[in-house]
Amino acid sequence: MTALEWWLALSIMLFCIGAFGVLARRNVILIVMSLELMLNAVNIALVAIANFRAGSPAAGLMFSLFIITIAAAEVAIGLAIVVANYRSRRTVQADSFSEMKG
Amino acid sequence: MSTIIALIPVLPLVGFVVTLLLGKRLFGRQAHLLATALVTASCVLALIVFAQLFQHPEEPLEVSLFTWVTAGQFTVQWGYYVDSLTAVMLVVVGVIGMLVHYYSIGYMHGDEGYYRFFAYLNLFMFAMFVLILADNFLLLFLAWEGVGLCSYLLIAFWFRKKSASQAGKKAFLVNRVGDFGFTLGMFLIFVTTGTLQFTGVFGEAETIGSGTLAWICLLLFTGAVGKSAQFPLHVWLPDAMEGPTPVSALIHAATMVNAGVYMVARAYPLFIHSEASMLVVMIVGTFTAIYAAYIAITQNDIKKVIAYSTVSSLGFMFLALGAGAWVAGVFYLFVHGFFKGLLFLCSGSVIHAMGGEQDMRKMGGLRTRIPVTFWTMLIGAVALIGVFPLSGFWAKDEILGGAFLEGYYVVWVVGIITAFLTAVFAFRLMFLTFWGENRASEEVQAHVHESPLVMTLPLVALAIPSALLGALAGWPPEAGWIHTFLEPVFFDVHHEEFVWLGEGGALMVLSSVVVLLGVYLAYVLYLKRPELPARIAERSGPAYTASLNKLYMDQVYEVVPIRSTIYFAQALWRGFDEAVIDGAVNGLARLWAWAGAGLRPLQTGRLQNYALGIFVGMVVLVVVVRWF
Repeated sequence: MTALEWWLALSIMLFCIGAFGVLARRNVILIVMSLELMLNAVNIALVAIANFRAGSPAAGLMFSLFIITIAAAEVAIGLAIVVANYRSRRTVQADSFSEMKG
Repeated sequence: MSTIIALIPVLPLVGFVVTLLLGKRLFGRQAHLLATALVTASCVLALIVFAQLFQHPEEPLEVSLFTWVTAGQFTVQWGYYVDSLTAVMLVVVGVIGMLVHYYSIGYMHGDEGYYRFFAYLNLFMFAMFVLILADNFLLLFLAWEGVGLCSYLLIAFWFRKKSASQAGKKAFLVNRVGDFGFTLGMFLIFVTTGTLQFTGVFGEAETIGSGTLAWICLLLFTGAVGKSAQFPLHVWLPDAMEGPTPVSALIHAATMVNAGVYMVARAYPLFIHSEASMLVVMIVGTFTAIYAAYIAITQNDIKKVIAYSTVSSLGFMFLALGAGAWVAGVFYLFVHGFFKGLLFLCSGSVIHAMGGEQDMRKMGGLRTRIPVTFWTMLIGAVALIGVFPLSGFWAKDEILGGAFLEGYYVVWVVGIITAFLTAVFAFRLMFLTFWGENRASEEVQAHVHESPLVMTLPLVALAIPSALLGALAGWPPEAGWIHTFLEPVFFDVHHEEFVWLGEGGALMVLSSVVVLLGVYLAYVLYLKRPELPARIAERSGPAYTASLNKLYMDQVYEVVPIRSTIYFAQALWRGFDEAVIDGAVNGLARLWAWAGAGLRPLQTGRLQNYALGIFVGMVVLVVVVRWF
């Protein structure tokens, strides 16, 4: 396996762990953490490909920077929702968010 | 001159707007002031225009005000065309309109809709003036509908009375039938000639194929049949008597109902090239004349008698037009407006005196009690039946003479019989109302009084032309002033001459004798031996009841078009509207509701289910993009 493939394998592993966390966990905070894991897996893939394949690594790095920034904002909003929800119903279980159930 | 012509219709329009919007607040009980003043001014202007035409009948005046409709190639001007035919109509409409306005001041006094009445009358005057002034078919049609609207508003003026509002509706709906034909005729004219301007259309009259031309004429005539209450669309006119009497005089005797005759006379260059449609016009007119006269003999409502007489007279005019006696037809229209308007106003005065009673069986002996009404009505009745030398005589004899000369002997005989019947019912009305014992209740009798001056003066003012106009315009017969005056309009009329002078004279004597016989018959039946009519009625059985029931035309309409329409509508309602349309709409709604219920379990409300959905969706997407 080449170096790039190793990096991509790491990325895929991290992504799958994150996806599993999102799907299997009931605690919203853990779900958000798993989401971060997935995002960072993507970051690794981007940086690796940029480094080994693209003429200039700048594009991949730029994408990663954007993703990190947006993820920070997203986490802030996500945690704020979790806190607001916790205040109103004393729980952070994802199953309790079911007002829109058909 | 063009300013004057343009002003004639505008003045009543101003009167209408102001009186309707501000009349009650501004004038109160004096709501007639502005309306009558403006109509008087219009009448004066109309007479000025008439005087101009009187001097130069061969020079029509044309006024184009503005472009009314533009659509591609199609333009219509709001323009006026005044020739001697228009001038004759201007006099009839202006003078009678003005007098009816004056009369209404007295007749409608104290009515709660006083201002409304005068506003409508003014609107009517506007529409009627535009109708006779119009220089194209579309503008004529606009005004045609305008007078129809006013007719509806004024018939149903006392709209709280069920019968009045229904009579208004009836008039409106029956006229729709005729107007439908008129509209189609107009379309056909436009398709054929590419214009609706009178001068343009008539200029091409000779080039139109005879089949198309016959269709155009017959469709236009359908409109005239509706508006001028000819068989079989006459049923609305007798019912229109539910309106106030001045309305009956102005709209349903002297002006609006003549619009059909006027329109056919206006379309003269079309009709003379279509012999078939002339024949139809004549047959319809002849039949209506005798048919309505037959009904009129047995009616007991004083206004109904005059209404049927109007239908009969209008039939007479169409008879004249169809037989080719164009000038005689318009001449009859001219004098008929005056004496029929007079008869209606007199009957209004009688009704006024009798405290609202319209049944002639409860009248009688009013001769000395209301002398002005009596004398003027006598003049009107004598003029109607055509006794020498009053107006009706000249016009009626020209029509009969025309039919005779053209060789329509059957029509001539029917005309003579109609004249006889007219004499009978007119003097039946006179004898029942003014002679004999008064058959009203004590209370009503004590109340009988002559109408105020504002009502009697118009009667006198109309009695004068009713008496003299015929001789002034019609002497000598077949060559009187009216002939020279209208010659530029009916340019192509060929004249059959009487072979010898005595022939015309003999016809006149004959018709006069017939008329006097009719009067004598009425005298015997209703004055000398008043017990006779009831016995005759009993003896003649169905002939009498048929006449009393207006030959069952209302029933025929009830059964054929009205019922069938109702059944058809009901079938559509139940069968199509409720089953098909409502069914489709409700079915669709039910389909979506059902689909929604089926899909609802997908919305679990569990966050992870949705996340799984997204994840699986993405995997599927990647697989599809990569391997397919």
